[in-house]
Amino acid sequence: MAGTLSVAQALAYVRKASEPEEPPPMLLSGPLVWVRDNLFSSIVSGLTTLAFIALALWLAPPAIEWATTLAVWSAPDGSLCRQHQDGACWAFIAAKLDYLRFGSYPVSERWRVEVVEALGAGLTLWLLWPKAPRRGWAAVMFFAVYPVLTFVLLRGSETLGLPTVDTLLWGGMLVSLLTAVVGIVFSLPLGITLALGRRSQMPVVRLASVMFIEFVRGVPFITILFMANTMLPLFVPEAWTPDRLLRPLIGIALFSAAYMAEEVRGGLQSLGRGQYEGALALGLNYPRMMALVILPQALVMVIPGIVNNFIGLFMDTTLISVVGATDFLEAMNNAFKDPAWSGPTIVASGYAFAGMFYFVFCYGMARYSAFMERVLAKGHRK
Amino acid sequence: MTTSSLEASNSIAIDFVGVHKWYGRFHALRNINLSVRRGERIVVCGPSGSGKSTLIRCVNRLEEYQRGLIVVDGVELTQDIRRIDEVRRDVGMVFQSFNLFPHLTVLENCALAPIWVRKMPRRDAENLAMQLLTRVKIPEQSSKYPGQLSGGQQQRVAIARALSMNPRIMLFDEPTSALDPEMVKEVLDTMTALAQDGMTMIVVTHEMGFARQIADRVVFMDNGEIVEINAPKLFFDNPQHDRTRLFLSQILR
Ligand SMILES: Nc1ncnc2c1ncn2[C@@H]1O[C@H](COP(=O)(O)OP(=O)(O)OP(=O)(O)O)[C@@H](O)[C@H]1O
Ligand SMILES: [Mg+2]
Repeated sequence: MAGTLSVAQALAYVRKASEPEEPPPMLLSGPLVWVRDNLFSSIVSGLTTLAFIALALWLAPPAIEWATTLAVWSAPDGSLCRQHQDGACWAFIAAKLDYLRFGSYPVSERWRVEVVEALGAGLTLWLLWPKAPRRGWAAVMFFAVYPVLTFVLLRGSETLGLPTVDTLLWGGMLVSLLTAVVGIVFSLPLGITLALGRRSQMPVVRLASVMFIEFVRGVPFITILFMANTMLPLFVPEAWTPDRLLRPLIGIALFSAAYMAEEVRGGLQSLGRGQYEGALALGLNYPRMMALVILPQALVMVIPGIVNNFIGLFMDTTLISVVGATDFLEAMNNAFKDPAWSGPTIVASGYAFAGMFYFVFCYGMARYSAFMERVLAKGHRK
Repeated sequence: MTTSSLEASNSIAIDFVGVHKWYGRFHALRNINLSVRRGERIVVCGPSGSGKSTLIRCVNRLEEYQRGLIVVDGVELTQDIRRIDEVRRDVGMVFQSFNLFPHLTVLENCALAPIWVRKMPRRDAENLAMQLLTRVKIPEQSSKYPGQLSGGQQQRVAIARALSMNPRIMLFDEPTSALDPEMVKEVLDTMTALAQDGMTMIVVTHEMGFARQIADRVVFMDNGEIVEINAPKLFFDNPQHDRTRLFLSQILR
């Protein structure tokens, strides 16, 4: 008994002084450390790094030379480009830029398009910059005022003294951007409505939402476009028959809304019952609960998915040419037909430029989504 | 009893009259009869699954009941959504898992309902929220997000948020069960202060010290029914029903 006690006493321990705080033993940061840790951390990683550097050195310089030093930057017609076949023909783009931007929109009225574009860019910045003041107003302007203004300006209104411009004349980037913006502006609210409908207590609402969503998701986009083009005129009275450009716009908004609805539903499902109960117990009614508590959280959670849909939508705008709309890519194809600008480098240059146009917008959206994720993660850690 | 208590609704805060509730085929509440007087503090206890949460969630209609009658502040709970909203504005609720809104700051959590339900000007609502946060002793946390607070602090924010609608009745569903032991006291202290201000309270809890100190009556539930109701001293020192005795012997071990 006395023995065990003394063993326990021998194992007992009471700290007399606290340990001093010391700096870490070696340098943990700095560019060289980063290179070592990330690029050459092992033999395999080192070899991989070297292989990719070699690949880049082999591929990049010719491409860059083709696009810059060897390129033809200005020329009155295609003859200079035909002489310099190892470089891009940017002169072609410069010569056709107005057509690529506006299609056949009357030259005297093109300022209207530019106003719409400038307004759109400004509003987008206002809406997307997280620290901008009064972003609620920006949202109202973007989703409610801007579409109406755009319609009046682009289409024209005799009462305001703006001559009407038939949509058959619209084309190029104007149509591509318009389609994308219409798709985005209408598909998100519509998608949210469908997602809420799918979770509604009312069986009829639920069934209608499910049927719409599942039907649209089960049909290829091109089919939707053809259906919008041929069937919309059948179902609406003659006088209301949608304009030829409006039909694919309706098609793309409905198509995208179904996918948006599924994204939003994912966000709604990831919220626990507690958030609903917390809101209800405070006496918030259904619309307020959704608008103030549920949707802000659900939407933030699915920003990456929503932006993915926007990117997909932007790319899908290239398909509306199948029903006769002249989008940017179609305008490019038309521009190739000019005999003054025929030549082996023209088409490659044109498509390279088109590629860059789409890339700039889609990559921008992807970066913005990543940026927002970081901002929001910082904002309210769970 | 029933009609007279309807008329005497000034002194009766909540009246359960023969309430039954089923989840599907499962009989979760069986013939509940209970009158809670204004200013009275009721503690509800009982084994897990006995229907304690279901009972108090019927009061603000987070759950429906199928038979019987619940009258809250003289308003009979029916399917009528406007009546339900009316009752919910008058009844605050605090949950085991806090259910704060993580995308809003502490201040915004507490100002949300006054602004949108009471239509209070934002400035007034924020002043009110600050007052309430002072009352639960965390005014300095007002600009943080709930995720940045400790559990005890979050639960006190939840209490402040429930108080923001100036309710006449407060429901607590195991408010300290999700907390680390060292934070239980700060929440119980807040609730004690509230009780001393005369708030009508129904508290589901297993904190028997709190029940002894604060409760006017302790309700013991088992298997969906009320088994015993008594003043805390009699309830703990001289339980009448076998099931109560068994339960107390298990939790007071
Ligand atoms: N939504 C539901 N659907 C079906 N059964 C349910 C539902 N909610 C609760 N129940 C059942 O009703 C019974 C009572 O549940 P309740 O949550 O009221 O118990 P409790 O006394 O609060 O228990 P605890 O102490 O574990 O919180 C339980 O048997 C439970 O399984
Ligand atoms: Mg419970």
